[in-house]
Amino acid sequence: MKNIPVSALIGLFFTALYFLAAIFAPLLAPYGMAEVVGDVWEPSSAEFLLGTDNIGRDLLTRMIYGGRTTIFIATMATVISFTTGSILGIFAAVSGGWIDQCLSRFVDLIMSIPTLIFALVVLSVTPVTVPMLILVMGLLDSTRVYRLARAVAVDIEVMDFVEAARLRGERTAWIIFREILPNALSPLVAEMGLRFIFMVLFVSTLSFLGLGVQPPEADWGGIVKENKDGIVYGIPAALIPAFAIATLAISVNLVADWVLNRTTSLKGGRG
Amino acid sequence: MSEPLLKVRDLKIGATVYPPGEKPHDIEIVHGVSFDLMPGKVLGLIGESGAGKSTIGLSSMAYGRGGVKITGGEVWVNGRDILKSKLGDIRKLRGGEVTYVSQSAAASFNPAKTIMEQVIEASVEQGKFSRRNAEARARALFAKLGLPDPDNIGSRYPHQVSGGQLQRCMTALALCPEPDLVVFDEPTTALDVTTQIDVLMAIKEAIRDTGVAALYITHDLAVVAQVSDDIMVLRNGDMVEYGSVDQIINRPQEEYTQALVSVRSIEHEEKSPTAEPVLSVRNITARYKGTKFDVLHNVNVDLYPGQTLAVVGESGSGKSTLARVITGLLPPREGEISFAGRTLTPDFKHRTREDLRELQMIYQMADVAMNPRQTVGTIIGRPLEFYFGLRGAEKKKRIIELLDEIELGEKFIDRYPAELSGGQKQRVCIARALAAKPKMIICDEVTSALDPLVADGILKLLLNLQKIENVAYLFITHDLATVRAISDNIAVMYKGKVQRYGGKTQVLSPPFDDYTDLLLSSVPEMRLGWLEEVIANRKMESAGN
Repeated sequence: MKNIPVSALIGLFFTALYFLAAIFAPLLAPYGMAEVVGDVWEPSSAEFLLGTDNIGRDLLTRMIYGGRTTIFIATMATVISFTTGSILGIFAAVSGGWIDQCLSRFVDLIMSIPTLIFALVVLSVTPVTVPMLILVMGLLDSTRVYRLARAVAVDIEVMDFVEAARLRGERTAWIIFREILPNALSPLVAEMGLRFIFMVLFVSTLSFLGLGVQPPEADWGGIVKENKDGIVYGIPAALIPAFAIATLAISVNLVADWVLNRTTSLKGGRG
Repeated sequence: MSEPLLKVRDLKIGATVYPPGEKPHDIEIVHGVSFDLMPGKVLGLIGESGAGKSTIGLSSMAYGRGGVKITGGEVWVNGRDILKSKLGDIRKLRGGEVTYVSQSAAASFNPAKTIMEQVIEASVEQGKFSRRNAEARARALFAKLGLPDPDNIGSRYPHQVSGGQLQRCMTALALCPEPDLVVFDEPTTALDVTTQIDVLMAIKEAIRDTGVAALYITHDLAVVAQVSDDIMVLRNGDMVEYGSVDQIINRPQEEYTQALVSVRSIEHEEKSPTAEPVLSVRNITARYKGTKFDVLHNVNVDLYPGQTLAVVGESGSGKSTLARVITGLLPPREGEISFAGRTLTPDFKHRTREDLRELQMIYQMADVAMNPRQTVGTIIGRPLEFYFGLRGAEKKKRIIELLDEIELGEKFIDRYPAELSGGQKQRVCIARALAAKPKMIICDEVTSALDPLVADGILKLLLNLQKIENVAYLFITHDLATVRAISDNIAVMYKGKVQRYGGKTQVLSPPFDDYTDLLLSSVPEMRLGWLEEVIANRKMESAGN
């Protein structure tokens, strides 16, 4: 562990901080999540470390609970987008022919519609619940993972060891999970960090537009929305969640960079 | 006596290595090599991969490739120690006084520029010639190197000429600025044998006519014997032996040089056909999907149990396609294949597990034939598990047996492919094929990526295993020395047809057809004056021209 670069250490520290805060939110938060405890937009004080929000709730508490929601949704959506995207992508590369054509053209079709607009349309006709949000975000984003996974797998698929496995009579599942996936993992892991950040931004955007997490549930995008009017009066409440989103994005990327460097120099690593 | 053109004293070269699972550290790859090269002489540097021959060659341009550093010693060119020179002076040296011909011309030429532009670039850039004079000089060199249409070939792009021609263009590129020294780094290794001798002859004549000095780097002693005045034998960064060509070839002093000279000394008695053939290829005609051109025409060959059929030919002759048809990767257009008394389904996807098991394959590039993320134990163990359902201790016992058979042993079981040498990788691939207990193994150029001595070891192993397991080999190769060493029957392929087919002695004895004659005579022989003799006597132009 001595060889971790400083940038990765900083990234790890902040990522861990945010994740721990999310996990232990009920223990850390000084007040209840939707509890009105003070005046509107009180400045920071010993009582309210970050001040209060537009209806007098403690902003620190809102931030901690909001981080919990945002990070949970982003994580679950990333998991969904990764499993579907990479498995379908490698499957398309291994199968080739019309299966590959159908899947790829379908993905092209989805990608040709701006993701945000697509999500807004879907969410405006379906009930906006957290599982629904995760599913929509995960599936929409899996098209991007599919593209990457397919491109990487096509490269590996032409190698002799895959041909050897085919000639041995192996099933497609073995070829995907045992021959190709281990060799495709390092670019995919690096991409995962990036996708996670896009998910954070995506869910924040949706909440800001009112189609994401519904009040009184807190989330970072929602907090920006609730407090945005304060900016006109010089009240920085809306900037705090924005700052949190930015630092999380940067620190996760620092970690992803390091992971990418490490995995490519692993035993037998590609690249 | 005049001053040497290139004087290398106690040259030490280091590099940083990144062994898997360990910290990167510095190693020395050349340990104090010294030699002199007189103007107009040719010195051959010979050795296996990792001997440091290319690294030494490039040091004469004060260059270290990819993380390689010159750590000590002196390199004098024309009376200057270039290792102490300033970058500006070195820039004048490279491409001016010393030039370089690389192994793969196809990868070294810029595909977006014409050949002429690239040939004259260094001369013009160095201010040695005006553009006009440089072009005239390039045309004269094209003619001297025997390129067709020397006046216009320069206006073509690299992909518009053949591999052998491009390698000659590269030689023209190196000779154009009138250098004092040319470094030839394996210039003919990537070419077919029949093309190789033309390029070799062209290089030899060009060196003689221009009076340039050269370092000729190769792993093939027979090739270097044709063009050099002196030879230096290298191994693991040390000089093993240094002497005139005559002395090295005819009276090698060191044990290692003797081994190099007498490589391919395997004696193999031809076996006559026994029993029924294990594989019969009948009237196979095949083409690749989406093309209108047959790659194989009406091919008929038989392979007998426990014997070896060698399929020989140049690149593009269809020999690897034949292997793809037999394995079922490319279903043929016409014809049929019977294997072990059964007719094989054309597409491998519909073949029974038994058919797949009994027909195994070993590939040319062992490092891409194994999954880099699996250990040797997993790689060899999978066929055992897949075909015979072996598990746990039973499987491990069999893996160790196989590792012993390929002369590696139990300690290799947990290694990854990246931790093996080229020869060891190929051995593991052999073990994987054997694990299936096949009746027949297709060996697709299995030794062509290996050093001669390592390749020799692999061939001996294959022959031994054939005796023990009674497995038949379909041996695809372009190397006739290999064919002589191991085959019982030979099929010579030319443009998708079997040109000559029969027992080894019959195929390799006269009277020959023109193509077999060309192929046989093109194999470099380890004696002086062989090259001139062949060029004078041959009946047919090689396909690469």
